[in-house]
Amino acid sequence: MLNGTEDEEKWLAEGIAGIQHNAFYMHRALDSNNLREALKYSAQMLSELRTSKLSPHKYYELYMRAFDELKRLELFFKDDSKHGVSVVDLYELVQHAGNILPRLYLLCTVGSIYIKSKEAPAKEVLKDLVEMCRGVQHPIRGLFLRSYLAQISRDKLPDIGSEYEGDADTVMDAVDFVLQNFTEMNKLWVRMQHQGPGGVREKREKERSELQDLVGKNLHVLSQIEGVDLEMYKETVLPRVLEQVVNCKDDLAQYYLMDCIIQVFPDEYHLQTLETLLGACPQLQPTVDVKTVLSRLMDRLSNYAASSADVLPEFLQVEAFSKLSNAIGKVIEAQLDMPAVGAITLYVSLLTFTLRVHPDRLDHVDQVLGACVKKLSNIPKLEDSRAMKQVVALLSAPLEKYNDIVTALTLSNYPRVMDHLDIGTNKLMAMVIIQSIMKNNSCISTADKVEVLFELIKGLIKDIDGADVDELDEEDFKEEQNSVARLIHMLYNDEPEEMLKIICIVRKHTMVGGPKRLPFTVSSLVFSALRLLRQLQGQEGDIVGEEASMTPNKNFQLLTQAANGCDIEHVAYEFFTQAFVLYEEEIADSKAQVTAIHLIIGTLQRMNVFGVENRDTLTHKATGYSARLLKKADQCRAVYACSHLFWVDDQDGIKDGERVLLCLKRALRIANAAQQMANVARGSGGPVSLFVEILNKYIYFFEKGNKQITSSAIQGLIELINTEMQSDSTNPDSVADAFLASTLRYIQFQKQKGGVMGEKFESIKL
Amino acid sequence: MVLVLAIGDLHIPHRAPDLPPKFKSMLVPGKIQHIICTGNLCIKEVHDYFKTLCPDLHITRGEYDEDSHYPENKTLTIGQFKLGICHGHQVIPWGDLDSLAMVQRQLDVDILVTGHTHQFKAYKHEGGVVINPGSATGAFSSFTYDVNPSFVLMDIDGLRVVVYVYELIDGEVKVDKIDFKKTATASAH
Repeated sequence: MLNGTEDEEKWLAEGIAGIQHNAFYMHRALDSNNLREALKYSAQMLSELRTSKLSPHKYYELYMRAFDELKRLELFFKDDSKHGVSVVDLYELVQHAGNILPRLYLLCTVGSIYIKSKEAPAKEVLKDLVEMCRGVQHPIRGLFLRSYLAQISRDKLPDIGSEYEGDADTVMDAVDFVLQNFTEMNKLWVRMQHQGPGGVREKREKERSELQDLVGKNLHVLSQIEGVDLEMYKETVLPRVLEQVVNCKDDLAQYYLMDCIIQVFPDEYHLQTLETLLGACPQLQPTVDVKTVLSRLMDRLSNYAASSADVLPEFLQVEAFSKLSNAIGKVIEAQLDMPAVGAITLYVSLLTFTLRVHPDRLDHVDQVLGACVKKLSNIPKLEDSRAMKQVVALLSAPLEKYNDIVTALTLSNYPRVMDHLDIGTNKLMAMVIIQSIMKNNSCISTADKVEVLFELIKGLIKDIDGADVDELDEEDFKEEQNSVARLIHMLYNDEPEEMLKIICIVRKHTMVGGPKRLPFTVSSLVFSALRLLRQLQGQEGDIVGEEASMTPNKNFQLLTQAANGCDIEHVAYEFFTQAFVLYEEEIADSKAQVTAIHLIIGTLQRMNVFGVENRDTLTHKATGYSARLLKKADQCRAVYACSHLFWVDDQDGIKDGERVLLCLKRALRIANAAQQMANVARGSGGPVSLFVEILNKYIYFFEKGNKQITSSAIQGLIELINTEMQSDSTNPDSVADAFLASTLRYIQFQKQKGGVMGEKFESIKL
Repeated sequence: MVLVLAIGDLHIPHRAPDLPPKFKSMLVPGKIQHIICTGNLCIKEVHDYFKTLCPDLHITRGEYDEDSHYPENKTLTIGQFKLGICHGHQVIPWGDLDSLAMVQRQLDVDILVTGHTHQFKAYKHEGGVVINPGSATGAFSSFTYDVNPSFVLMDIDGLRVVVYVYELIDGEVKVDKIDFKKTATASAH
């Protein structure tokens, strides 16, 4: 039928030229009110539309030219003062045109005016026209002709409240007319599929889809007719449309028209005719993409439900959920080779629908998930990434809707769906779950819910069989584990008993994480436990026992924390002992050692749970390790920090002035040694600052009332510092200078305070 | 008017999941000129988050911080004030104001910002002011049982600094303010 695009262009150009040529003469005739000539040339012009050589796309261009000309002609026809022929006569006159296609176009044009004139009932003219158009059975020509008919008749339908409504004419007539036109157009459209050689099927389908809106327009018109209320839609319109849809047995038409019905008619109508509509689905050709049709229907209904709360009761009343659910089930059963992604997309649409319409019906939600599980079980291994994405969407929907992870945790099928994900996607979903919890600040407060939660995120907690461990990106892994660590703090219950259960469950799960995961997660667990410990004052906690696979530093820190929180002397002592062992054996980095020692000293200083003997042992150890730090400056500082171990400002605190002084003197000796070493090495002074720091400590204890520290000692120290500074005038240490200056200022300030303090400081001569 | 955020001891993720939502909604980018952080964030994500609030970020190392490159202490000048930062686990006895005063003298600063105790403090002594912004997440501390999440915003204007402390108490954010004036002839130079 069609040869090449070049040829088509040529024919189109020829056609357009023909139209223009005849239109020119037609205009001349119109201007001189010559009806005979007008008819003659318009018929010739319309003959160009008799071509079979053009594709729909090109034919449309030709048609539009003719259409414009026909409008002018219509104007002329309308004004009978110009041509002197009555419309009735005109209607008869145009039927003398030679060929059927021009004849019918002219007839429709006159018909339009005929109806407007009201000289005959609209329904009769319309009936006449729609029947006469049967004369053109060529698909493209017929479709455009009937499209023209639909166009010109649109505003002349005997609708309710229209001027064309009469005793004889009712809405039913309008409906009948449009339905008939629709039916005929669909038949023509379907016939296109079977024309021509079999090899060009694809091309034909493309051409058909170009014409689809011509057919669909009729449905649109039906939806616009005011008189078509729910009753009429239900009783007449829908059944007849569906009848045509099913009977035409053409998959292209069926898919398009089902979708058209769904998009064009109001959602309330769909709700009320749900059964009928869904009933048509199994009757469609097996190649029709029914799942997309259903998805779009559900999406529309979901949006309808979301639009206003008033419509929700209607959904319940028509049992929308069960109808849809059944329909989907049937479709999936019938189409055994439906790819997974299709089935899951359907379930996603159904789930969205359920969450919008019946959010409180968790059983419905669970049911949808269950159906999905069943489908997934029949697939040996889900490998399609699009399908995976859909499953993730399925699982994320309840999280987003309910905001409260706890609700999602009650859905029994939820974990089962997750089990079908591949490992990577499973972990992704687990992260989505954790993020949902963090974002909503949710608190999971019962042990059994925590158990379910950890089942869901098990992909993050431990190595799953088959997981490719090497491929793990370090950054991603860190992020995952830190998320789990943060999650642990969202698991909380005021009730100590329940909280203990929760902690035990968390511990059980995190312990199987292996050495890579524990460093991240155990800290959180331990602190959670320490919080609980505080609540249960006086009870032991065994929880800190198993950190064998963490870094020494972390272990150490936790031990000191645990010791501090512990009220039982021997347990606290045990913690300290373990800490010291760790220090000795594992903490090798000198910087880490300094921090570690300060932690020991700081913790020990605050604790009053120890008896004299234990405290002495621990203090002795602390001071010993302090003096053995790598750098002299660090040694000095740690040792003078130890001085505070012998002086606690509390009412019952230890106040051993002598041992304080011994510590400070030891620190002085170390500072001196450091000075000497520096002198030898560089030939210049060393860290004078150390001396100033020790001076400050002397002043501190002096102020606190340590009788062993005398004002003369302080004075002596000041002189010593001054000497050191002067002897090192080649390398002035401005920092130490400022430090000394502010220290002296402090002494001055205290002197000026007057009272007891003033008197005390009076004895220091500057 | 220069706004300085003093914040620290978040202990994310070991002791707390995140900043309280009410705090997060208050801390918006572009409003603050400097951030002073006492330490114990503990992970990079928190560092990055602070960077989005304000690019001028000063952090000192807390004993739990994962990044070991943060300095033990730091000093900076903002307007007429010299500020010093030190986490405080190195200063024994922990939380002892006299020992902290020594550090202040040693660093030669007007304002010392320190942490570790998870307790808000703003204390004026002869040598200047010591400010502890507390723990922004209310993280567990061996010091005190009830830690209310808190942070500090300092408004530095000439010789005056107004210290605003924000505390989350029973789910409500409570604000308090303290005024400090620096005398022109004061210690710091």
